[in-house]
Amino acid sequence: MSEQPLLSVRGLTLGIRHKNDSVTTIVDGVDFEVAEGERFGIVGESGSGKSLTLRAIANLLPRGVEVLSGSIDYRGRDLVRMPADGRRRLAGPEIAMIFQEPMTALNPVMKVGEQIAESPRRHLGLGKEEAHRLAVEMMRRTGIPDPARRAHAYPHELSGGLRQRIMIAMALSCSPKLLLCDEPTTALDVTVQHQVLRLLERLCEDTGTALVFVTHDLGVVNQTCRELAVMYAGGIVERGKVKEVFADPRHPYTKGLLDSAPDFDRPDHELVAIPGFPPDVFDRPAGCAFAPRCVYAVDHCLEASPPLEPVLPDREAACFESATIFERTPA
Amino acid sequence: MLHRLRFVPGRIVQAIPVAIGVTILVFLMSHLLPGNPAVALLGDRATPDRVAALSKHLGLDKPLWLQYLIFLGNLLRGSLGESLSYQQPVSGLVLHAVPVTLSLLLFALVLSLLISVPLAGLAATRPGGARDLAARTFTLLGQGMPQFWVGIMLILLLAVKVRAFPVGGYGDTAADHLYYLFLPALTLAIAMCPTIIRSLRASTIQVLGSDYIGTARSKGIAGAQLFRTHVLRNAAIPTVSIIGVNLGYLVGGSLVIEKVFAVPGLGSLMVNAIFARDFPIIQAVALFVALFVVVVGILTDIVYTLLDPRVDLAAAQGAAS
Repeated sequence: MSEQPLLSVRGLTLGIRHKNDSVTTIVDGVDFEVAEGERFGIVGESGSGKSLTLRAIANLLPRGVEVLSGSIDYRGRDLVRMPADGRRRLAGPEIAMIFQEPMTALNPVMKVGEQIAESPRRHLGLGKEEAHRLAVEMMRRTGIPDPARRAHAYPHELSGGLRQRIMIAMALSCSPKLLLCDEPTTALDVTVQHQVLRLLERLCEDTGTALVFVTHDLGVVNQTCRELAVMYAGGIVERGKVKEVFADPRHPYTKGLLDSAPDFDRPDHELVAIPGFPPDVFDRPAGCAFAPRCVYAVDHCLEASPPLEPVLPDREAACFESATIFERTPA
Repeated sequence: MLHRLRFVPGRIVQAIPVAIGVTILVFLMSHLLPGNPAVALLGDRATPDRVAALSKHLGLDKPLWLQYLIFLGNLLRGSLGESLSYQQPVSGLVLHAVPVTLSLLLFALVLSLLISVPLAGLAATRPGGARDLAARTFTLLGQGMPQFWVGIMLILLLAVKVRAFPVGGYGDTAADHLYYLFLPALTLAIAMCPTIIRSLRASTIQVLGSDYIGTARSKGIAGAQLFRTHVLRNAAIPTVSIIGVNLGYLVGGSLVIEKVFAVPGLGSLMVNAIFARDFPIIQAVALFVALFVVVVGILTDIVYTLLDPRVDLAAAQGAAS
């Protein structure tokens, strides 16, 4: 039982069911596991389905999008088939979430202290006073100066960095086992971004909280996570340990992403953009979704969709040509 | 919190020129109406001598500007003149009628909120669904029916057929008042609801789609608690100003509705005074209604400020001047 992962996503397929019973698949058969206390990153461009995958775990799918098939097992219980009130009991003390925009993700007409205290009052049965004390303590732990006074502030009275700290304090107030982060640092200045990442890391280490971190920023994943999955057009194309994937990518898309990101250790290294655009959800290519943009694509790639297969120890990639491409050009 | 209400004294000072303007308009308008009040009082067969004598007694022979100054002077001393038809001080008559009308308006406002808030909430949770359709049909109907007709239909249905409510009047005790005012208040509420529902539905849909509702859901908050603590206050902000504007219209409507239900408020007083060409009463009622609208404007700003911590009207005023 101790080997059981904290979170296990199996064949998760998300999509829109239309009135005439046809379906549009947005996320197709995503598999990954997150162990207790692990930090797992999901990287991809806008529209790759990374945020939707996260929202499916948090039970926050937008109206119209539903889980078409697959399962999300949290400590052996399938979240997808769990009744609504059972899931709501998990939201907060077991699974918490941090959003991208700290400005819009906080209720503008409620004091931040009250917003932090809300979850402990509901889930831990704390009284108003106790919950408020806990909120101030959480704010202190997230490094907010003068937390007792700031607890009475409204979100608009705080800076972006402080607001994101409030979000973190709120998410961790009930010591969840799993923290879902949807681009939590994208809206912040780079310097603040770094502080917030360090803070998240430290707090999660203290409480043993596992992290699922969705971002388009490779640098952020490199700083924060140990394992990662790269998503493209609704599917995982490569999965492995962050350091190893960065050093030696085994999927042309991952390689393209890394080549297009600046690397300060190699300042003369020329940035290469991936040609073309990700495919439209309503018009996905028949074969490998990346084939139309892939410089290595062969005829076979346009016909069938490659499965995610082991290519190295601790590494999986969804590419027919992975062996040929990367054996020929070792990194 | 309170420091954000610094704008209130300034707003009251601003209201003074508005009030003076209102007195001028009120004074002039009643004098531009055809028919000399002295003639109206004495009847068609009065001799010119008697008309002239009464006009002199009432000060109607003096130049208009002097009449206005006298009117204003009396007003400042709290005297609104003497009613021509009742032969009583106007201030007493109006003071008697004001609480009636104010209770009616307040009752109507409470009823319209009791109807609108749940309907708008239900409509917004599933836009385009059956409940949304029902709420929208109700708003269309409410908007399409003239107030006085709704009043008459309610009398026919609930007072004459079912006999659940009185046909009209005001009663003697406080409980009586509530009972007697229910139908007129409901009539006004039905007229007021469509605007509130429309605005509140739209803002609720918008709030439900916002990120902080996702945050609240990620904390396990749902259903009525979500609506109460996170949705309603945010959705109410734009609606409050709309209610403020519409309260002004509601006063106009209440004047007619009071007549339909024989409620002894300002409306009944006003309508009777118009038929009797009783200038002082017309002036007093018009003045009161205008000042009421000004006060409602200030109250709206106060409520708005208290609801939304981001609003600082004092700072806005300082920046403008």
